[in-house]
Amino acid sequence: MRRMEGSEPDDLSEQTRWMIALRDNGDRAAYARLFDFYAPRVKALAMRGGTPAGAAEDIAQDVMLRVWRSRFQFDPSRAQVSGWIYQIARNRRIDVARQAPPALPEDIAPSPGPEEAAAALALEQEAARLRVALRALPAGQREMVERAYFGELTHQEISRQTSLPLGTVKSRLRLALDRLRHELRELRK
Amino acid sequence: MRDPVHHAPDAMIAALATGSLPYPFAALLAAHVSLCDECRSRLDAHRVLGGLVLDELTPAALSSDARDRALADIEAEPSVVSAATRGTYPPPLSAFVGQEGPRWRSLGFGARQAMLWSGPSGTLRLLLIPAGQAVPEHGHRGLELTLVLSGAFSDATGHFQAGDLEVADEALGHTPHATDEAPCICVAATDAPLRFRATIPRLLQPLFGI
Repeated sequence: MRRMEGSEPDDLSEQTRWMIALRDNGDRAAYARLFDFYAPRVKALAMRGGTPAGAAEDIAQDVMLRVWRSRFQFDPSRAQVSGWIYQIARNRRIDVARQAPPALPEDIAPSPGPEEAAAALALEQEAARLRVALRALPAGQREMVERAYFGELTHQEISRQTSLPLGTVKSRLRLALDRLRHELRELRK
Repeated sequence: MRDPVHHAPDAMIAALATGSLPYPFAALLAAHVSLCDECRSRLDAHRVLGGLVLDELTPAALSSDARDRALADIEAEPSVVSAATRGTYPPPLSAFVGQEGPRWRSLGFGARQAMLWSGPSGTLRLLLIPAGQAVPEHGHRGLELTLVLSGAFSDATGHFQAGDLEVADEALGHTPHATDEAPCICVAATDAPLRFRATIPRLLQPLFGI
């Protein structure tokens, strides 16, 4: 089989390779590595939201257990490992508070293979460029982006897209997101 | 089904990714994403950015036995993972409706509704509008999102087919009409009770829970 240049699985980040090993082979050693890398970050995410250290660690344990349970759904062409785990962590927060099915869209089954590896690599490169763009934002805008993704803005603050008056918070966030999107578009040309 | 034409505003997709939406909005938007590849891509983009923000956090130290506990947890997990199946209603609505179908209640004049979820952060309900008929004109104190699941409806703002999402704020007093061909089934989410303009429906509002 002809392989596209740059599509070797070895070119992918080690986190993505661990996650693919977990998904395809139930690799426990890979799970342990993922746990070591992400559980402390998920704990930090929960603590940032005001959860005390002990409870935040329980949340991190539960999020990582959800990573194990959902491993078959991981699709590296749609989000990098940290993006996928971020979403699991944020969704968990909503699910736990409700007696209701989780507000999750229908899963699309990933399709393992060389094409997936190539798409995953392209996504990782795009994410790396987005990271550069994020770091290049003026401090105030970057803080707004971070606060939004930490869930510190209400949906009114980030989601009123109607004829209601736009607040400063919202326009700043939109500006930041627009700039990020613009940067990304430029890089895609 | 054709690709949806009316999409979720980007800031709402962002709020879905960041977990900042009231539950009824989050569930309805998730159902829209199930039907809409464009909004799914935008949701994915926000996940990528959320992951970058997660990466930038200073890791918090774990207790010494944390990893051992995690490895013990996964050994205790059942090995069979059941796959979710798509019925008439897209996830996550399918989980509410179940095998037996929606529990419809009459709203009069052939219109029906089935409350899926109601709580302090709003309501999520299915609506069935008979072909050619209108839902009584109503305003709302907050936002109302409507996702068409089958059939189609029109109001002053446009024509909405299966997969399309309408965002209505409190300024929009609208009268959705189902098209003549078929009944329209949609799911509606509000963050506040609806306020009907005609007197009688307003009196009935507490009875129907709308």
